[in-house]
Amino acid sequence: MSLLTVRDLVVRFDTHHGPVHAVDGVSFDLNEGETLGIVGESGSGKSVTSLAVLGLVPRPPGVIGTGSSIRFRGRELLGLETSELRRIRGAEISMIFQDPMTSLNPLLTVGRQLTEVLEVHRGTSRREARERSARGLGDVGIPGPEAALDSYPHELSGGMRQRVMIAMALLLEPAILFADEPTTALDVTIQAQILELMRDMQRRHGMSIVFITHDLGVVAGTTDRMLVLYAGRVAESASTRALFAQPAHPYTRGLLASVPTLNGDPDAPLSSIPGSPPLGGGGGEACAFAPRCPLVQARCRNEQPPLVAGRAEHVAACFEADFTEAAR
Amino acid sequence: MSTPLLAVERLEKHFRTGRADLSGRKRGLLRAVDGVSFTLERGESLGLVGESGCGKSTTARTIIGLQKATAGSVRFDGVELTSLSRRGWQPYRRRMQMIFQDPYASLDPRQTVGSILTEPLTIHRVGKPRDRRLRALSLLDAVGLDPRHLFRYPHEFSGGQRQRIGIARALALEPELLLCDEPVSALDVSIQAQIVNLLKELQERFGLAYLFISHDLSIVRHLCPRVAVMYLGRIVESGPRASLYADPGHPYTQALLSAVPVPDPAREAERRRQVLGGDVPHPSAPPPGCAFHPRCPRLALEPPGAGATACRSEPPPLAERGADRRWSCHLV
Ligand SMILES: Nc1ncnc2c1ncn2[C@@H]1O[C@H](COP(=O)(O)OP(=O)(O)OP(=O)(O)O)[C@@H](O)[C@H]1O
Ligand code: SF4
Ligand code: SF4
Ligand SMILES: [Mg+2]
Repeated sequence: MSLLTVRDLVVRFDTHHGPVHAVDGVSFDLNEGETLGIVGESGSGKSVTSLAVLGLVPRPPGVIGTGSSIRFRGRELLGLETSELRRIRGAEISMIFQDPMTSLNPLLTVGRQLTEVLEVHRGTSRREARERSARGLGDVGIPGPEAALDSYPHELSGGMRQRVMIAMALLLEPAILFADEPTTALDVTIQAQILELMRDMQRRHGMSIVFITHDLGVVAGTTDRMLVLYAGRVAESASTRALFAQPAHPYTRGLLASVPTLNGDPDAPLSSIPGSPPLGGGGGEACAFAPRCPLVQARCRNEQPPLVAGRAEHVAACFEADFTEAAR
Repeated sequence: MSTPLLAVERLEKHFRTGRADLSGRKRGLLRAVDGVSFTLERGESLGLVGESGCGKSTTARTIIGLQKATAGSVRFDGVELTSLSRRGWQPYRRRMQMIFQDPYASLDPRQTVGSILTEPLTIHRVGKPRDRRLRALSLLDAVGLDPRHLFRYPHEFSGGQRQRIGIARALALEPELLLCDEPVSALDVSIQAQIVNLLKELQERFGLAYLFISHDLSIVRHLCPRVAVMYLGRIVESGPRASLYADPGHPYTQALLSAVPVPDPAREAERRRQVLGGDVPHPSAPPPGCAFHPRCPRLALEPPGAGATACRSEPPPLAERGADRRWSCHLV
């Protein structure tokens, strides 16, 4: 069953330079125990999508579309009381970010921050909260959890801080974890540790994960299904395997082809997509990818392509979508 | 043999850290670069790979004279740079340039692209104003930007376009060597590929030599026929790309390669990853002996004995292993 159902999500920011259509009609489902990857280039709406689910879009300048719906276990989240939303966020849906310092308070010890979560949400006694926090830190592979409880965030390395944040996000055993570029700021060998840890935590807790990243290598090894965003819209969505093996949208194809790899001819030029993504997000009456698309037709410039279904839950928003061609 | 374009020998750059603090602890010494040697021929590119804080950027900044070397030698076209005066540096400033990771921070927001590109020419009194403007136009063309962009400001450009402007500026004085410090890591994938291709094309066209610094082994592989891997201020392995990637000798290089996520779900699923434990130690407190020893999987498998003892007490030398390969490890 679908745990989270997002339909026609529209988020607009009214800025001095006019409206920015950050998210422009995004729909997706998240099933129980599944890992969904959301990929796309900078500004494509990945982060705003997850902020909207967590009720964290700043309003103003943000405006959520009136036809949008976000249902968690069948219950509509848009329009919920702040207090109720706060309860769900934390206990049921939690989030980790690229920069742990945005969610850790630099003035409080790690222990204080972890125990507070349990005290506030679960009314756990201070002693028990401390014990459970230490166990949580041990679970994410922090050596000497007791000592770590008494340290301040700045005393820890980047990798350790990311572990603390994961421990904090999992403390209440949420049903859904949103991870927004959780390894982007980390070193290669530390990234490998954190990805391993997330795979392990999912096996143990069975939660659903929404993994947001621009790194196609990272989604390939961690997700079951993927959503490719371009200019605030879903360009393509499919199982991770199908998406890599038979990308149907010209943008997805271009993106996959431009990733440098450890095999392949190192002397051949990398294939690349000309131009750059639109700065102001989506909106408009054309396919947002048209200025960069090798297959562009006249109608692409006057009409938004609808999402069309290929086979087995594979959809793409393109007039020329081809669900049969193999990658590269 | 002719003199190499750049010869770096036992380069060291140390920083004093912290205050002489109240608890009476001694001031720390941070060995950011701790005995780095390599050469670079004309028109060649060398990739310098490693994780954050390993000293890649400090190496580049010290070579180009933004920081004074603590010890060691940097020879450019046979001339020792570390002992040059400010005046003595002048001619060499022109011949080597640097490109940075953050194209935005390195461009003056109040200058038009035209004035950004002509500024180096003005400073070095190259040509008349008219020649400089023409040169700016040909630079824009070389990096694939529209001539109309001459009158625009940096904020009007996307990240990839800004990096093109940064590259054009670096090329203004016709340098022979470009030091590229993570020039594509802030860019989106589709744009990264554009810039990598551009750098390759410019290299062929102008015969440039690159020192290309990156944490991304896949990108380095596409640009650099020779690669050096750094860990905590030292080069731990170097060699030609084909053999180094196919058969890494140092356990750190092996772990780095194994940590690169592969954009292929089928291969990722069956891949055996070697995940290193522990953190990258801080360069102000490097472990004794081989600096990699607390995380080293090879040492972990070694039975106690002379070899394992050496790992913990003696830094291994960067030994020659034939076929232009070198790595530093006591246990082969
Ligand atoms: N508070 C805000 N006010 C105005 N515009 C905003 C705000 N937050 C986001 N935006 C805009 O919304 C669009 C989508 O942003 P979002 O952060 O979701 O992108 P992203 O896909 O997460 O990108 P990145 O890969 O850079 O993290 C961008 O154009 C962004 O500038
Ligand atoms: S709809 Fe047209 S422009 Fe858009 S991706 Fe498809 S072919 Fe290209
Ligand atoms: S010298 Fe010892 S510790 Fe260092 S890399 Fe070799 S085996 Fe590992
Ligand atoms: Mg984001």
